[in-house]
Amino acid sequence: MAEAKKEHQLIVSVSPHIKSEETTSRIMWSVTASLLPATIMGAYFFGPRAIFTVAISIITAVLSEYIFQKVINKKTTVSDGSAVLTGLLLGMNLPPSVPFYIPIIGSFVAIVITKQLFGGLGFNVFNPALIGRAFLLISFPKLMTIWREPTAAFVQLDAKTTATPLGILKEEGVAKLMEVFGDKINLYTQLFVGHRAGSIGETSAIALLIGAVFLLYRGYISWHIPVSFLSTAAIIAWIFGGKGALFAGDPVVHLLSGGMLLGAFFMATDYVTCPSVKKGQILFGIGCGFLTMLIRLKGGYPEGVMFAILIMNCFSPLIDRGFKTKVFGAIKQTKEIKK
Amino acid sequence: MALATFKGGIHPPDKKELSKDKNISPTKPPKRVVIPLVQHIGAPCKLSVNVGQVVKKGEVIGTPEGFVSAPVHSSVSGKVIAIGDFPLATGRMVTSVVIENDGREEWTSLKDNPDYMKLSPDELKAKVKDAGIVGMGGAAFPAHVKLSPPKEKPVDVVILNGAECEPYLTADYRLMIERPHDVVEGLKILMKILGVNKGFIGIENNKPDAVEAVKKAASGEPNIQVCALEVKYPQGAEKMLIKAIAGREVPPRGLPMDVGVVVQNIGTAVAIYEAARYGKPLIERVVTVTGEGVKEPKNLMVKIGTLVSDLIEECGGFKSETAKVISGGPMMGFAMYSLDVPVTKGTSGILVIPEDDVIHAEGFGPCIRCGRCIDICPMGLMPSMLSVLSEKGFYEETKDYNLFDCFECGSCTYVCPSKRPIVQFIRLAKSLVKP
Repeated sequence: MAEAKKEHQLIVSVSPHIKSEETTSRIMWSVTASLLPATIMGAYFFGPRAIFTVAISIITAVLSEYIFQKVINKKTTVSDGSAVLTGLLLGMNLPPSVPFYIPIIGSFVAIVITKQLFGGLGFNVFNPALIGRAFLLISFPKLMTIWREPTAAFVQLDAKTTATPLGILKEEGVAKLMEVFGDKINLYTQLFVGHRAGSIGETSAIALLIGAVFLLYRGYISWHIPVSFLSTAAIIAWIFGGKGALFAGDPVVHLLSGGMLLGAFFMATDYVTCPSVKKGQILFGIGCGFLTMLIRLKGGYPEGVMFAILIMNCFSPLIDRGFKTKVFGAIKQTKEIKK
Repeated sequence: MALATFKGGIHPPDKKELSKDKNISPTKPPKRVVIPLVQHIGAPCKLSVNVGQVVKKGEVIGTPEGFVSAPVHSSVSGKVIAIGDFPLATGRMVTSVVIENDGREEWTSLKDNPDYMKLSPDELKAKVKDAGIVGMGGAAFPAHVKLSPPKEKPVDVVILNGAECEPYLTADYRLMIERPHDVVEGLKILMKILGVNKGFIGIENNKPDAVEAVKKAASGEPNIQVCALEVKYPQGAEKMLIKAIAGREVPPRGLPMDVGVVVQNIGTAVAIYEAARYGKPLIERVVTVTGEGVKEPKNLMVKIGTLVSDLIEECGGFKSETAKVISGGPMMGFAMYSLDVPVTKGTSGILVIPEDDVIHAEGFGPCIRCGRCIDICPMGLMPSMLSVLSEKGFYEETKDYNLFDCFECGSCTYVCPSKRPIVQFIRLAKSLVKP
């Protein structure tokens, strides 16, 4: 055969030769977008200061990642959107009136200590935003539990401090909660809209649900963790949540208060720190729901979502091992062997 | 009725529209053909011609050595001008016979035997063996070996694989549209050889006209059932097809015959029909030449040994100067480093991807444990774990995650949002550890 004419250049690479359009950064930016309704509601109820807190949180997260990666001579990956998402989630989990150094410290802990020191995206054991918040809560217990009264006014010069619904429930019981909110319908409505004291991004159930539906519809999260998480919490709240008697608790109040929805749909579902196998995710969600309610009902804190998710994060690798997928054909084979 | 299918799988754009309406047309007679003596899985053939020898079309030029092997025939009449090592599409160098085509198309002998169904199973099987027929879907496993199941593994089902689940390819589709009766006859012969009275033809539902055509051709055959399958890659993988149609799961690292099934490709069935009826050896096959990078996509009847460069020319050449040319489909095919590579019995398509559409493999990210690959792996593996372990050098540990059950369909790599070359990590681990 004569020497081939070299008129074409051929590109050679390994199969497969086509790939889906999904990318890590598209996922991260989509999750970020899905959190915007809740962030906007937070800004509406808690004013410009809430916006600044979230903004500082995001900027610090991005800068920490950028500077850290520069310093240790790694490729910078801030454009993948994961640092922005972590910053946003941390900001949404902060009380509205914290001093501005709080989000800075929190984001640094989240990005540098929780994420980068463990190897960066994909290698962290714990949800970065939640470690950031846990660090702040333990280090600055006072600042992290000053809750401002929500008000629709754009400029609030003398915003009053108050207790969160869960705080009232813990300290004074359900009767006091009814007293504060008037009646049950009003209580549910206010919780649903988000007109209550709490962290910036956790209060508006409706806004969070809009984001959650978007993520579920696009397939960025699956139902397994949120459904098992929320239903476990609801059942426990119903059975053990009442004072004095079993089956007298109010699951709706528990689901709509605190960081339950934000945690179940947006934080527990973090790919890196939750199990990858769907069956395992159900166990993970049940664990989260159980621990959340254990802390809420029996623990020292009024809220338990954060610690519940962080504790379950430790179990993710083990759960994945335990729920290792079955190889195609393996079941049939073992049956035959038994025969 | 829900369409038959398997668990997992992906939905890449099928891109069949580029070539699906092009009739199978013969190529211009090639000036010379390069016929490799290994075109199948198994032992290489022994050379049976010399340089300078004149051969006829259909003459044996390589005789099989061992049971798992298949003879190789000349696809043209002419003179052997060279014998030497030439590359296959995979880059493997193989002893090949170069024959100059005299254009006379002189056959050794072809006899029409319309009563072929009266032949005994053993006579039919001998015809399949002598014709050098191998699985034409790509794996190229000698057909007669599949037709000789050991006594302890009785076969009761034959399935023809018309899924053609690889995007772009339309060779089997055109055969089902243009020669549905030959397809059905091929299946009947297979059933007779194996003494089986359950025959199925599985076709993905994005080819409704093929389903109709084959159904019509098989209408007089009570033992043959045409199954429309869900459109999902890799529906045409043997194990997935058997699960979808027969509801049986081939055990890990087992063979279809372990669950009483033999699967053959559509093209193989047609070749078997031609071998049984005319004694025609496998010297030509349908090849889809397609892709956004080639000027006129076509379905061609190609003589084995025709060079890919000839086929590209036949289809008007490239649209862009630089392109990726793939032997096979985009999911499992091989990118070729030279176009002077012959079409073999297992070449189902030549796909040309223009430079602008080529996805470069460099610059992948870390695994974010999103679990997409786990959800879609048709074999129920955890590709994410395999890729991470292999990437970090924990090759032995990959066996805990059933490394060797992966058949490299590429679905995990397709869905990975971090663009990780998961299959390549798996291949790396496979090459470094013992099963």
